[in-house]
Amino acid sequence: MLVLGPIGFTAPWLLAGLAALPLLWIVLRAVPPAPIRRRFPGVALLLGLRDADQTADRTPWWLLLLRMLALAAAIVGFAGPVLNPVQRIAGTGPLLVLMDGTWADAGDWQRHLDRAAQALDEAARDDRTAAVVVLTDRPEGPLPFRAASDWAMQVPSSMPKPWQPEGAAAWADGLDGAFDTIWLSDGLDREERAPVLAALEKRGTVRVFQSARPVRALRPPVFQDGVIELTALRMDSDGAATVGVVARGLDPNGIERDLARGDLTFPAGQAEGVLRLSLPPELRNRVSRFEIEGARSAAAVALTDDSLRRREVALIAGSEDREALQLLSPTYYLERALAPSTDLLHGTLGDVLLANPDAIVLADVARIAPGQSEALQDWVREGGLLVRFAGPRLAASDVSRDGPDPLLPVRLRAGGRSIGGAMSWGEPKSLRPFADTSPFHGLPLPGDVSVTAQVVAQPDPDLAERTIASLEDGTPLVTRKRIGAGQVVLFHVTANAEWSSLPLSGLFVSMLERLAVSTRAAPPGTADLDGTIWTPDTVLDAFGRIGDADGLAGVAGAELAAARPGPATPPGLYAGDDRRVALNVTGPDTRLEPAAWPARIAVEGMETAQETALKGALLAAALGLLALDLIASLWLAGRLRGPRAAVAALAALMIVGQPLPGLAQEADEAFAIEATRDVVLAHVLTGDARLDGLAQAGLRGLSRTLQARTTVEPAEPVGVDLERDELAFFPFLYWPVSPDQPRPSDEAYARLNTYLRGGGMILFDTGDADVAAFGTQTPAALRLQELARPLDIPPLEPVPADHVLTRTFYLLQDFPGRFAGRDVWVEAAPPDVETVEGMPFRNLNDNVTPVVIGGNDWASAWAVGEDGRPLHAVGRGYAGERQREIALRFGVNLVMHVLTGNYKSDQVHVPALLDRLGQ
Amino acid sequence: MTDPAALRARAEGLAAPLPPLLAGARHLARTVALGSHGRRRPGQGDEFWQYRPFAGGDEARMIDWRRSGRSDGHFLRQKEWQAAQSVMLWVDGGRSMAFASGDRLPAKGHRASELALALAILLLRAGERVGLADRDLPPRTGELQLLRLAGALGDAESAAEYGAPGTRDMRAGSRAVFLSDFLGDIAPVHAALTAAADKGVSGVLMQILDPQEEAFPFDGRTIFESMGGGLRHETLKAGDLRGRYLDRLAARKAELRDLARLTGWQYGCHHTGDAAQTALLWLYAALERDH
Repeated sequence: MLVLGPIGFTAPWLLAGLAALPLLWIVLRAVPPAPIRRRFPGVALLLGLRDADQTADRTPWWLLLLRMLALAAAIVGFAGPVLNPVQRIAGTGPLLVLMDGTWADAGDWQRHLDRAAQALDEAARDDRTAAVVVLTDRPEGPLPFRAASDWAMQVPSSMPKPWQPEGAAAWADGLDGAFDTIWLSDGLDREERAPVLAALEKRGTVRVFQSARPVRALRPPVFQDGVIELTALRMDSDGAATVGVVARGLDPNGIERDLARGDLTFPAGQAEGVLRLSLPPELRNRVSRFEIEGARSAAAVALTDDSLRRREVALIAGSEDREALQLLSPTYYLERALAPSTDLLHGTLGDVLLANPDAIVLADVARIAPGQSEALQDWVREGGLLVRFAGPRLAASDVSRDGPDPLLPVRLRAGGRSIGGAMSWGEPKSLRPFADTSPFHGLPLPGDVSVTAQVVAQPDPDLAERTIASLEDGTPLVTRKRIGAGQVVLFHVTANAEWSSLPLSGLFVSMLERLAVSTRAAPPGTADLDGTIWTPDTVLDAFGRIGDADGLAGVAGAELAAARPGPATPPGLYAGDDRRVALNVTGPDTRLEPAAWPARIAVEGMETAQETALKGALLAAALGLLALDLIASLWLAGRLRGPRAAVAALAALMIVGQPLPGLAQEADEAFAIEATRDVVLAHVLTGDARLDGLAQAGLRGLSRTLQARTTVEPAEPVGVDLERDELAFFPFLYWPVSPDQPRPSDEAYARLNTYLRGGGMILFDTGDADVAAFGTQTPAALRLQELARPLDIPPLEPVPADHVLTRTFYLLQDFPGRFAGRDVWVEAAPPDVETVEGMPFRNLNDNVTPVVIGGNDWASAWAVGEDGRPLHAVGRGYAGERQREIALRFGVNLVMHVLTGNYKSDQVHVPALLDRLGQ
Repeated sequence: MTDPAALRARAEGLAAPLPPLLAGARHLARTVALGSHGRRRPGQGDEFWQYRPFAGGDEARMIDWRRSGRSDGHFLRQKEWQAAQSVMLWVDGGRSMAFASGDRLPAKGHRASELALALAILLLRAGERVGLADRDLPPRTGELQLLRLAGALGDAESAAEYGAPGTRDMRAGSRAVFLSDFLGDIAPVHAALTAAADKGVSGVLMQILDPQEEAFPFDGRTIFESMGGGLRHETLKAGDLRGRYLDRLAARKAELRDLARLTGWQYGCHHTGDAAQTALLWLYAALERDH
């Protein structure tokens, strides 16, 4: 193969033909064009005239050039030119294609695959066996060397993983045999890289390919001083760069969208950039993840867990003892414990319930007003967390004495008890270690927590399972009851230090956290998670996409706290008891360093050069030039006159011009926008210009009537081509049937059926006043049967007197158009509908009837011209005008029926509804 | 009772021999509506022409007494001259006349025949005698002569490239109309006109040309052939010849015009692209003028 610059030739000796071109130039130049024979009587006058120029008429230089170019194109084309020919050195022996397959590869995974496919392709050509190994997903056992073509089919299905390879060095050391390696690296530095490289080099040559694509990562967000601090990392640190960071989450409608966006700037020379986002709590609580815009990588996604959520907690104390000491206030310790991590609400119970907080803390509130109690129960049932603290009031009251109070987890004994006081026996009690069923399981017990007084639960059968913390002697200290989706928790001590030293200890804060009353800013440590089981809720793939975590096993909290993303703990969101913890690809101390390869390894890029054969294009160019030459020759010879010239010009345009794609699509979009901007009535184009014009005018009249009389304000009606146009935009199709209209194609019928099933309505109008009466077969009726046969039409019946069509807007009993009085057919009512006593009408179809069939020629009655005057006469005199009015009312009813469905039918329930409302 | 079907069959049978040429010519002649027709000079005839004051040399019996009685002078009553003329038509039957440059244009020969026949209709209607030179059709009058003319013109086909007029049948003092493209050798025309002038025959030369012959819209290497293929001329650049061809054509026209002036004839040129009526009117008027 001969290579000239980026072009190689498969048959270069053919290029010698180019040398003949100058010769051809001279010959072609000398040969005059072939003569035309013409009959011409005036020849007698021409006899004896000599040509002024005795030399042969020369072919003009540009025509020669055209021919030369055509010939040259043909010669070069046959010489087999190839763009970007691949020059390669054939190798021998097995080939290992090693891919890192980490999240850093995900951004241009396709190029990795292409490069691997090319390597396999070359190996197949050289008859080498190959093995493809993704380091993050290594096969067991020895390297699977197989035929390279076999691998080529398998490679496209391999996927990167959202974690780093682990144990690769040991794996590489265990390899044996001799093979060459092509290593498609992700470009990130790792400790294991050097040992793996050393191990591979022992087996054969190693070539490294590495993408020059910048890798970026986003650290988990940190909430600090009211702002969210986002730190992004990059591999290189030269020059300043700006990336967009998007906060995504569910909006109030449950649709995921971008909630906030900010530009994060990497200062020049720094590998880290910081963005501070200040979001209102409502918005912040909705954020489920932050992403670097346009980066397809798991590292560029930072999932948020509870650490970003600021719960709204309402604190309500039984008595506001303003005169007492601040430290004795029932809520003082609660406020101190909750204020750093939650948004506190104050106010009366009725007020805070309206704010729908995440949790309500009642400190020593005994009685709750009956109305508020129900509201509170509803709130708890819908997922609220009610935390109550005991106190003198609760102990003194008779709440939950005889029967269980719905807002207390257990029944209480009267009076409570005090331990270790001057008037009592025994020591103040400390806590018993938490059972493993308790949400507090794993929390360390400080030794100095003691309880001196408490309210005591009645020993009910379910007391044991409701107890989540107890004293040394087994007396319940904290009890919990689930109500619906929420729960009620009772601390049997006070919220201040009066009855126990619990509120003074760190345990108190931890317990509140475990109960998800509060959240903590720092990521949970081992101690926080110890003793809990977490199940993956959503997981990230290497591309940063969120996926379901169905079928993944739960992870122990201690493991999760120490976990790095790996096969056992994929990055994602883990859900515990009432909390969620995010395991992100990028940790708070992750750094991105470019891989450092030894100098002996030449790192190549990922670019795969695609061979492009130019033969076809060149031959086509030669043919095009020859066609142009043909036209030009004809023109020169004076044979292009009259219509022939026009044809030739057209042909030349077709040769030179290119088809313009994309116009059709734009037209489609314009149609869709036009059809959906407003309500648009539509009629089916029948191909009969008169009928189509009539339908258009009729719908125009109906549209104007609707505009004038109702809140439906349709735009100008349009005609739809069943074969081409999308029907879903139109609530209503008017289909005038004529005996000679063409039958739509099967695809059109399929779409019509979809349209009907999706709630569309077609009004068939034979316009002959006769169709509805069975037995009299007009041509239009026959055609209608033929047209409607493939349609999915339910059983029909004449419009019953109590059909919803008779009352959707106007009260009507007949439906005239230009003709009056014949039946109109709609979907039949179910056979089991009975008239209910006292109801004016039956509760009929629950749907819009998909078809209305009649022959009253409504379009003629509706039709108005551009100036709004009726186009066709209806009946005679006043009676005729009345008939037109009724026809218009029918149209209004019909469109209302289409747009509101069975709304008017549902009016049968109004008396019952009013009755139920007690009015 | 006459059966309409039979009547129609008979009518069609009658109409069949009438050549389409004759129909076209009749149609053409009908468009010529002359206000007056006659010799416009006193002479033998039936129609009153004018009263003329008595002059010396007039015979006394020529005085119109009724007119003279109304005044003091004497007047003669003159009649319009209505002596029948004989007109010889010559339509070039050469192959060159079969040329038509486009589908929409008639062949020159067709146009010539049509004009000749239409002129014959007009002349016959005026009572003249019309004959056809070169076809052994001596001048006669009447409707039958028209059919004979039509027949002779219809089947005229000559082998010669260019036709030449003959003066064999021309009578002294008669009139003649030559319809041709006059593109061939000019010598026979020259001879014929001189001979006609010698016999005291005056007439009209009508040159009928195709628009292409007038424009010469050719380019490139071309071989021109006559209609019969007998003459051919090859050129490498037809466009270069245009000027010289047009010069020669103009020279030919001038030559014809001069010849006509010398012999007391009239010369006209008609293109098949133009309307035939203009040519007919001109022809008719030329014959009128020619006294």
